[in-house]
Amino acid sequence: MGDHEKSKTGMVARGFSRRSILKGTAAGAAAVAAGPALFNIARAAEETIRIGFPVPLTGPYGSEAQEQARCAQIAVDQFNAAGGLNGRMAELLVRDDKLKPGEAATRTLELIEKDKVHYVCGSLSASVQLSVNAVTKARGIIYVSISQSDAINEAQDFSKYTFHEAMNPHMTAGAVGRYAFPKLGKRVAFLIADYAYGHEMVRGFKRAGEPHGIEVVAEVTHPLASKDFSTFLPQIMAAKPDVLCLCNFGYDQMNSLKQATGFGMKQQMQVLAPALLYNQRRAGGAAAYEGVIGGANYHWTLEESVPSAKAFNDVYRKKNDGAPPSDYGAYGYAGVGALLDGVKQAGTTDTDAVIAALEELKYDKYKGTQYYRKCDHQSVQSVFIVKSKSEAEMANEYDVFEIVDTDPASEDMLRSCAELGHA
Amino acid sequence: MIGGFPIELLALQLFTGIALGSVFVLLAVGLSLIFGLLTVVNFAHGAFYMLGAYAGVFFIGYLGNFWLTLAVVPLAVGAVGLAVERWLVRPLYGRGIDYPLMLTFGLAYVLVEVVRILFGAEGVPFDAPDSLIGAVNIGVGYFPAYRLFVIAATAVLVLALWLFLEKTSYGLIIRAGARDSEIVRVLGIDISRVWLVVFALGTAVAGLAGVLSAPMRSVFPDMGTSVLVEAFVVTVVGGMGSLAGAVVAGLLVGVVVSMTSLFAPAMAEVSMFALMALVLLVRPQGLFGKKGLMG
Repeated sequence: MGDHEKSKTGMVARGFSRRSILKGTAAGAAAVAAGPALFNIARAAEETIRIGFPVPLTGPYGSEAQEQARCAQIAVDQFNAAGGLNGRMAELLVRDDKLKPGEAATRTLELIEKDKVHYVCGSLSASVQLSVNAVTKARGIIYVSISQSDAINEAQDFSKYTFHEAMNPHMTAGAVGRYAFPKLGKRVAFLIADYAYGHEMVRGFKRAGEPHGIEVVAEVTHPLASKDFSTFLPQIMAAKPDVLCLCNFGYDQMNSLKQATGFGMKQQMQVLAPALLYNQRRAGGAAAYEGVIGGANYHWTLEESVPSAKAFNDVYRKKNDGAPPSDYGAYGYAGVGALLDGVKQAGTTDTDAVIAALEELKYDKYKGTQYYRKCDHQSVQSVFIVKSKSEAEMANEYDVFEIVDTDPASEDMLRSCAELGHA
Repeated sequence: MIGGFPIELLALQLFTGIALGSVFVLLAVGLSLIFGLLTVVNFAHGAFYMLGAYAGVFFIGYLGNFWLTLAVVPLAVGAVGLAVERWLVRPLYGRGIDYPLMLTFGLAYVLVEVVRILFGAEGVPFDAPDSLIGAVNIGVGYFPAYRLFVIAATAVLVLALWLFLEKTSYGLIIRAGARDSEIVRVLGIDISRVWLVVFALGTAVAGLAGVLSAPMRSVFPDMGTSVLVEAFVVTVVGGMGSLAGAVVAGLLVGVVVSMTSLFAPAMAEVSMFALMALVLLVRPQGLFGKKGLMG
């Protein structure tokens, strides 16, 4: 009994002495002593830069989310191939948020608590991204969000950890409006999906229309995820607008366009869709989208004039059987890419240092030079005005849009810092 | 001017409602048929509808002809329905209504997931045939030619179903089987074959509805989810299992949704459920529910 007691104290004493020695020497020795499992964890904690990437892999926008993840992985691979952060490699941890705010919050919390990620990037919906932002804000983790939202810029939701790589509805609708209203007419009708994003787009259009003296002749709100739009269309036709702004997204946009085409509305008015998406257009078909004008953060044909677009397309094509990347996929690439540029610039993974580096960063990942505005961390970037081609005009299956105009990157297209509530 | 709207607009709105109603009838008939004759609540109805649309995409790629596709799709989806009844639903007869309900509920998920794996999650294009593209002047305004065609197709379908069930001897057997399967069996008729045919017929109609809706409502894996809701509302308002009820209720729901869209657009979706609640309060069995099966 006495002997046993003694040996126990001896062990403790030895442990103490070893620990003090290790403090000054290689940490690896302690890990080896503690066993191989612990060794791996210890090494990972010190060496790998982990980026959590919650996107809706399942659900209606699953293919788009997978494309975002593929593009983000390219950014990580490029960072690693260039030597990482002095040899420290980056790793992307993709999680399924199922397009649900609650699910996204849980996954993000897991990423932070269990997987010990350094940063978070991702999401494909305004409400989901606000929910992720609430978690990262509380935990002091940098979050680069890559889907459209106005609210995320506003002081109430903003934190110094929040960066917004995607365009916001205000700048997208504004750019489309500034292009369209002087050319196509002042009588404007709105078809609006009844949720924050829909109303944000209307606000953007109205603001852009003010200097042009637009007259709102119809403003019809439809429930989110309507299947049949036929009953909303007669009143819009009766108002005889020059321009119809579709302030909805995804399948709502696709079905309302299809049905408006059926009613022959495109012969009577120009249809504008502020967020005109590459993959949605491909799912909806050329006939429904033909002639529609909208805004986009990217279209792959930009490679004809922008070298970084060409470089990005080439890497993506090599990995995806020659298919070009989508606009929302490119957000994934730029979001993670800019973040890692910031890390490299800062020379450390320390959160505050990376924030400072990101605030100073000028980056050109895929569409020309961008930077994060200081007050709200909104990425200042060009908006491309695109027009959907008819079947006959398409050179190949990927050639869906023509870039008709570019609204060059400028803070003028954003709401002012004061208006957003930033001191 | 009524309520601040010109009379032409109101007339067009009413017509739009009837057209929408005929789409609802189309969606609900297959569900109503299977419930009325088999007392199986087919939760996979929306999935069969979706299957119809995807079968349409598949066959139009092969055949290159919309009209041929329209004929082939119900056969293909009906064949899937045959298999489902024979090997999945049949073992559950006589076990209570919730067994087939749970089975078809799960089946819907499986079918949607299979389609997602085969065709992708994002959806595929499907356009109306060239001859039905564009709008036609119907006197009070322009209306899509394709929707006019859907009204006609629905009318023909409902008429054909009614004739089949009411005027043919096989229809007589089906109706007798729904009333009292025991007696029909005693009379020497293979009732399980009758049920097989009815289930396949119901799914074939769901498939037809899917391919007919495809040019209006797009083709994507989750397209059936909302349809199931719409079909249930129509079936409940009309009375579970009543063919006439499905027709009247479908048109009524269409007109109510349409008029609400004009006067309070944001309420358009809720209006359908408000109508259902109202009908259930006044007539819990639905408008035509009491007349019994396929009355």
